[in-house]
Amino acid sequence: MTIREIAERINAVVYADPDRLDEDLTGAFGSDMMSDVLAFAENRDVLLTGLLNPQIVRTAHMLDMQCIIIVRGKTATPEIKTLAAQNDIVLMETQMTMYEASGRLYEGGLGR
Amino acid sequence: MTGDALHFHYDVDGNNFTSAGEASVQVKRTLRQMGYHPDLIRRISVAMYEGEINMVIHAKGGDADVYVTPDCITVILKDVGPGIKDINLAMQEGYSTAPDNIRSLGFGAGMGLPNMKRYSDELKIDSVVGVGTTIEMKFKSA
Ligand SMILES: Nc1ncnc2c1ncn2[C@@H]1O[C@H](COP(=O)(O)OP(=O)(O)O)[C@@H](O)[C@H]1O
Ligand SMILES: [Mg+2]
Repeated sequence: MTIREIAERINAVVYADPDRLDEDLTGAFGSDMMSDVLAFAENRDVLLTGLLNPQIVRTAHMLDMQCIIIVRGKTATPEIKTLAAQNDIVLMETQMTMYEASGRLYEGGLGR
Repeated sequence: MTGDALHFHYDVDGNNFTSAGEASVQVKRTLRQMGYHPDLIRRISVAMYEGEINMVIHAKGGDADVYVTPDCITVILKDVGPGIKDINLAMQEGYSTAPDNIRSLGFGAGMGLPNMKRYSDELKIDSVVGVGTTIEMKFKSA
């Protein structure tokens, strides 16, 4: 699913290089526990999380993930935005819960 | 470790959760520049990141050293923290002594040491209660 389509399906605000919007991403994992992400999310491009600290970006970066979706209407801190930009990680913010955002993306074919 | 190994050293600040992981980020960048396979780099960086986080949340930071030889990458994490009383127990998935405030930061699921074992080719833990912990991980690159 392209970055553009992911953002549309979950009504997300996107922080990304516009050149990347048609890039195709595969696989996703959702959790607020970074330890679980590190254990279970290998080879998936998208991280859905409600956690807001810089370690979400480092965790995604360590796993070579391409995109972080912050759920439940939270706003990325400036520090998170800077770190994500530095590491070429696309950042999104959605008002949806993790359950709803995951459901919509799964229904659309992401990770299926 | 002697001989022709390339050596990289990092200080891991135990008083700063925000900066935890910076050594692993740098190692990842260095290994990429050296042209290693992305899958190998991912295994090394995830395992080292878990260990680095552990040094920050369970000990008071420490030293991270990475040695690169033609056929192996070795990561050594050394701290002078409280030590691990029962290593077999600590290795079990889900076992954690992390307090709730650590869990609210996204860590303390008790998956770190099991992850380090899974992602490395060899894991050695040397720990003495009241003295500290040294963890050595080896990753074969050839
Ligand atoms: N560097 C360390 N110093 C002291 N204790 C440690 C260290 N690393 C791990 N431990 C102990 O081992 C347990 C399990 O570690 P780990 O699997 O990484 O889980 P977690 O970090 O989520 O608690 C920790 O809860 C802690 O009691
Ligand atoms: Mg841990």
